[in-house]
Amino acid sequence: MTTLTKQQQDPAARAGLPKAGKPARRSLTNRLGDMKVALFFIFPAMIGFVLFYLVPTIRGVYLSFTEYSILGEPTWIGIKNYSAMLGDELFWNAMAVTVQYVGLNIGFQTVIALGLALLMHRVAKSTFIRGALLLPFLVANVIVALLWFWMLDYQMGIVNEIISWMGLPRIAFFGSEQWAIPTIAAVNVWRHMGYTALLLFAGLQSIPNHVYEVASLDGASPTRTFWSITMPLLRPVLVLVLVVTVIGSFQVFDTVAVTTAGGPINASRVIQMYIYQKAFGESDFGYASALSVILFLILALVAFVQMKFLKGNESDLD
Amino acid sequence: MSTSTLTRKKSINNIAVHKKPVNWRRVGAWALVAVAVAVTVAPFLWMLRTALSTNASLASNASNLLPADFNLGAFKRVLGMQSPEEAIAEGGSGAAINFWLYLRNSVIFATVTTAGQVFFSAMAAYAFSRLRWPGRNVVFSLFLATMMVPPIFTALPNFLMIKNLGLLNTFAGMTLPFLFMTPFAIFFLRQFFLSMSREVEEAAMLDGAKHLRIFFQIVLPNAAAPLATLALLTFIGQWNEYFWPLLVGQDESVRVLTVGLGVFKSQSPQGAPDWTGLMAATLVAAIPVLLLFIAFGKKVVNSIGFSGIK
Repeated sequence: MTTLTKQQQDPAARAGLPKAGKPARRSLTNRLGDMKVALFFIFPAMIGFVLFYLVPTIRGVYLSFTEYSILGEPTWIGIKNYSAMLGDELFWNAMAVTVQYVGLNIGFQTVIALGLALLMHRVAKSTFIRGALLLPFLVANVIVALLWFWMLDYQMGIVNEIISWMGLPRIAFFGSEQWAIPTIAAVNVWRHMGYTALLLFAGLQSIPNHVYEVASLDGASPTRTFWSITMPLLRPVLVLVLVVTVIGSFQVFDTVAVTTAGGPINASRVIQMYIYQKAFGESDFGYASALSVILFLILALVAFVQMKFLKGNESDLD
Repeated sequence: MSTSTLTRKKSINNIAVHKKPVNWRRVGAWALVAVAVAVTVAPFLWMLRTALSTNASLASNASNLLPADFNLGAFKRVLGMQSPEEAIAEGGSGAAINFWLYLRNSVIFATVTTAGQVFFSAMAAYAFSRLRWPGRNVVFSLFLATMMVPPIFTALPNFLMIKNLGLLNTFAGMTLPFLFMTPFAIFFLRQFFLSMSREVEEAAMLDGAKHLRIFFQIVLPNAAAPLATLALLTFIGQWNEYFWPLLVGQDESVRVLTVGLGVFKSQSPQGAPDWTGLMAATLVAAIPVLLLFIAFGKKVVNSIGFSGIK
């Protein structure tokens, strides 16, 4: 549980530096250490790493500079894919839709999860309750999507039944341009809130109790305690959780694919859906690769901002 | 001495008693917890309620909490125990849903990838934690760095490679990218291997045991708990995987449940979708994960704090 925070506090352990003692440097055999055995043990993982991580990464970048329709060979076209993107309305639309989705999803998810984490921390530590809240996260995206597709159905969905029972007009959740993205965001908030809450809960657990005791001796109100103690001390974990979830939600696909497939019109065509359609719908692998390079760069930027935030927060617990 | 402890205990109790009036806060907090649990659990009950209804009576009883016209037809339809005529009569598409085949494929896909990934990652983690060799930290950092690469980025080139190898629509093509490692699995296990004491290992070495024996007879058994947790998390993740099987395993013979559910949904006639069948299918597809969760829930819940670094 506490590993989460330990990770950030101890960069040496995170980077995998040896804990103590210098390796003896006497003979060649000593210097090579267990090299032969190590090679044997690492061999399968090395195959996986090179074939399915390293080579694809390089190849993906290369393909983004080519025109490639899967039939035949890729042709080098320089930055043409990237310059085409500038004038591609569907690309900008996908970007805007994705950012809208990420904003809605992360905003609501973080606030709700933080509330749930505080509740768990203060009153309900039981594994049963934490388990119940985690349940939607364990079920496949596809299942969650179908479940809500049914519950939010315009005609017979229970949510619309309740809405009309309250005397309000029914809502075409997945079928209207204005509702599609907020609906998909809400469904994924439902799926992920328990998981995010558990991560934040782990962070709350690691705040030493005596800090709270001192605050209550000083007569701080719960609100004051929350803003002056809990939030600052939780910030490193919060930032880490935010980045993990932002990176995850930029890659939303399953829910969209099963419910709206990008529609109505282009209202829910998120960036990963656009990449998928370019590659497998239009066989334009070069352009699709360029799109995923851009997505990769955005995610790297998010991670970079995270590093900055984390560094600024390192001294909070001292 | 005992009296002083007693008084202290008493005074602590007094404080606790004194604080009791604030309990309205707790009541409110518990109410919120109850609402949150209801919000997460109720949809699953609705899924069950729908699956136990008939499509015909669903419309007229849309908001009835109990199954409308209770029956098991939807489950029978999904499990292939209904004739096409019966299925159409009950609102199904009439198309065969090869549920058992998809189930088998899901089991193969999730089991093979989990077993391979956990085992090979354990081997690598052993090399990264218990063996000394030049370049160890550089290679490990390189492995870790790939955690940053988003799956969609490697998915396209990986698809092309699998296609060029002629492995589209084969289990080999579906499992290979997951089979050997994930940076997370190696990182996860390395943390535990690092904390194991060297003494048992050294004693075994003095007895002439080789690394393979140490790995199999000392390290693996001692790391049974983290290995089981990792296997559990991996299995659930693989069982739920959609994107890669969608790209590589479209063919009926290797189609997994998640992809099958998507196809099932699009097969439903647009006018009146087979909601009861769809809900029965999603429920049955979720059952393995739900069972795992009932059996090992505590393990999963407690490992989430750790997996946050993912």
